[in-house]
Amino acid sequence: MLRNLLNNIIFQSVFLMTTLILMGIFIPNWLVFVVTKAIAYGLVGLGIITLMRGGLVSFGQGFVFGIGGYSAGLLGVHAGLTDAILLLFISFIVTGLVGLIIAPLLARYRDIFFAMLSLAFSMVLYGILIKIDAIGGSDGFVLPESTYFGIKPTTDYADYVLYVVSILVAGFVSILLRYYYNSTPGLIALAVRENELRVEYLGSSAFKVAVLNFTIAAGLGGMGGALNGIALGHIDPEFTYWTTSGEFVFISILAGYLSVPAVFLAALLLELVRSFSGRYFPDTWQLILGVFLILSIIFIPSGIGSFFKNFFDTFSKNKKS
Amino acid sequence: MIDEILTIILDGAIYASWLFIVALGLTFVFGVLKILNIAHGGIYALGAYSTATLAPIFYSLGMPEQFVVLTMLISALAVAIVITPIMERGILRRFYGQDEVLIVLVTYAIYLVLEDVQKLIWGMNSLYVSEPRELLGALEFGSLYYVGYDLALIGLAIFCGLTLWFVLNKTQSGKIVLAVINNPEISGCMGVNINKVYLAAFFVGAFLAALSGSFTAPLISVQVGISVAVVIESFAVVIIGGLGSIPGAVIGALIIGMARAACVHKLPEAEIFIMYFCMAGMLIFKPKGLFEGVQARKI
Amino acid sequence: MLDISNNLLSAKNINKSFGAVIAANDVNIDIQKGEKVSLIGSNGAGKTTFMNMVTGYLKPDTGNIYFKGEEITKLNPRIITQKGISRSFQIPQIFEPMSAWENLLVALGTSKQKNSFFKDARSKNNARYIDEMLERFSLNEFAHRQVSELPGGVRKLLDIAMALVRKPDILLLDEPTSGVGAEEKYPLMNTLAKALSGEDLTVIFVEHDMDIVQNYSDRIIAFYQGAVIADGNNQDVLNDKKVKEYVTGKTQVKAKS
Repeated sequence: MLRNLLNNIIFQSVFLMTTLILMGIFIPNWLVFVVTKAIAYGLVGLGIITLMRGGLVSFGQGFVFGIGGYSAGLLGVHAGLTDAILLLFISFIVTGLVGLIIAPLLARYRDIFFAMLSLAFSMVLYGILIKIDAIGGSDGFVLPESTYFGIKPTTDYADYVLYVVSILVAGFVSILLRYYYNSTPGLIALAVRENELRVEYLGSSAFKVAVLNFTIAAGLGGMGGALNGIALGHIDPEFTYWTTSGEFVFISILAGYLSVPAVFLAALLLELVRSFSGRYFPDTWQLILGVFLILSIIFIPSGIGSFFKNFFDTFSKNKKS
Repeated sequence: MIDEILTIILDGAIYASWLFIVALGLTFVFGVLKILNIAHGGIYALGAYSTATLAPIFYSLGMPEQFVVLTMLISALAVAIVITPIMERGILRRFYGQDEVLIVLVTYAIYLVLEDVQKLIWGMNSLYVSEPRELLGALEFGSLYYVGYDLALIGLAIFCGLTLWFVLNKTQSGKIVLAVINNPEISGCMGVNINKVYLAAFFVGAFLAALSGSFTAPLISVQVGISVAVVIESFAVVIIGGLGSIPGAVIGALIIGMARAACVHKLPEAEIFIMYFCMAGMLIFKPKGLFEGVQARKI
Repeated sequence: MLDISNNLLSAKNINKSFGAVIAANDVNIDIQKGEKVSLIGSNGAGKTTFMNMVTGYLKPDTGNIYFKGEEITKLNPRIITQKGISRSFQIPQIFEPMSAWENLLVALGTSKQKNSFFKDARSKNNARYIDEMLERFSLNEFAHRQVSELPGGVRKLLDIAMALVRKPDILLLDEPTSGVGAEEKYPLMNTLAKALSGEDLTVIFVEHDMDIVQNYSDRIIAFYQGAVIADGNNQDVLNDKKVKEYVTGKTQVKAKS
């Protein structure tokens, strides 16, 4: 009975979310901000591991990250829409739709070609964004302060409120994804990763799996972009640059596709390494990040998710039913 | 009108030649090692920096100024000699045979490291070595005026491409490399030392990357951040031409070079993203590039 | 043009070449419901190419293929599988990091029209079905082992079991005993025959072992250089002069009566 409860996805998630929200009261403000940013990046990473479960890696998630951020920002500036929750939801829908439109084009390709085509999309968007002066060109623009159900929190609490919202959103998304990964379509996606031809020969469409996963990844990437924009209070074309996309791939590889919470942990690690080295070694933070990245790929090739897959996860290697 | 077309063609040819030299090493390394090397851009920057450092020393020695080309070659060689063992032996070798995308990420990490290595060695200041660019004077075509050095890049591109082609197709060691490209396992069984071939191929790729940096140094101000754009530019070339194909790199460089030159003169707003546009267009219609390889039967 | 005869599967005037190699040379084959047909011939004679064309992996250069009277020549493997033709592979195409149980779970999922995104794939109904399937193929003891660690014969059986989940009309088996040790071959074929016995299934299989061919099929089609050189009951085909010369070789093959 107790064991069943402990293995229950919803129970685990709610427990984790509550703990984090309570912790947020006691941890310093800079850490609250770092966690919020990590959640933004983690959402994008979740999208990539969803793709990875179907055998694809996108090197251009900056594309949807940018679209999500810019839609949230433009709605805030021009439509006066400042409700953070609503903006996150709208960016999810908008980029999900964009993803659905370009997915059939991308889903025909595999491996390095999929990665490079997605990268090309993000670079085209970057090229366009830096040219449009109406939305700030390469400088981007400032987002209006967020509200929550019509209330604007005071500056002291704004970061914490956004932190709580992002944890709730991330928790909700994680629960849904865990259900998807455990479901039959989720299992078929894993099969596509292993042997696409066989899946076709069993009568299922690998193409559809790729389209679905890309659409999910696009929606999540857009939501991450919106959250990142809201947290920073600023958006610029750097959101779509290939180095940003590279960080998302890094998070996903570091996490591995075996576990959902590992993605947020990986994103947090990246943000912590970035802010520590940015603070103490401002000239060499890329070097530290690069070395950290190489070491983590060498020493944990299947990702940090492989450490606690038994506790947390779904279809994993050699699992007894 | 004629002048304008001629300008576009010459500008395009110069830019295409530069792109080709930059992309040649990248596509060659992918062809042999199946690694899409993001750090290629970093090696390019190291080449530029070392030329910008060595050339002034060379001038201060009072040598005949034509020999500055030798300095550029030496600095490119030096970069390749230092980088190859560290990158190929030290890091990349651990990942052979693994997922291509994972290796891209590893090279991205190396790229990040190289970015800061440049800052640590050369600081944040810009370096200038414009002297070599004056070496060949200027040429006039009617009303057009071109720097001889820029035109010489066309010759350098042709030379690099032909040399690599010749070595690959007409020499014993080149044929071994081709065999490895074709089938590393079988070549290995037949006694080819794959590790040595990979090391040599990576060295050639690194040398070409550094060389392109060396020859670019007189054209730009060598400073932090010069590698980031080069990564995308060289990627665009090899993606258009097909990963791993030398003739493909020629075509890719020409397409982007000409399109960009045409944009500069006719549609300046589009200059920056015309390249991405070409790349996206090619990927949509011919995703494996113009010169794709044949796939083996699976079942 | 519709095939109006009551053949279940019908290949008409199929030609296919790969460069200079002729893999199918005016192949005409009709298969009736319930037949157990074996395809024989040396390597490169066109047996696997025929299977690949029937299942849509390769398209014939000319000619047409009909299934239940409907043309399927240009359809892709997925659609053909959905219509009722399943296959196994010479090299088992199974999902290596998963267990045998999970492999069958994938097969079961793909055989359904709709799958819920929020329902655990390991539902009681699915589990019961998979356990039955494993029982039928005598694979119970391997259920939860990662398939990449399993012996050759077990992998072959799993590959076939997965093809069968969809309850196809035709099952194509590409060399079910290749890569399996000599002493494993007969137990494998017996398990397979037992597993297939309950079904009203048409089976076409490629096989090199003439003893197995005689024991498990009631019709033989012999290929040589892309062409069908003999087609009929076991005895007739194995005694055919051309078959003896090009396929079975000089070794004496005694047809069983």
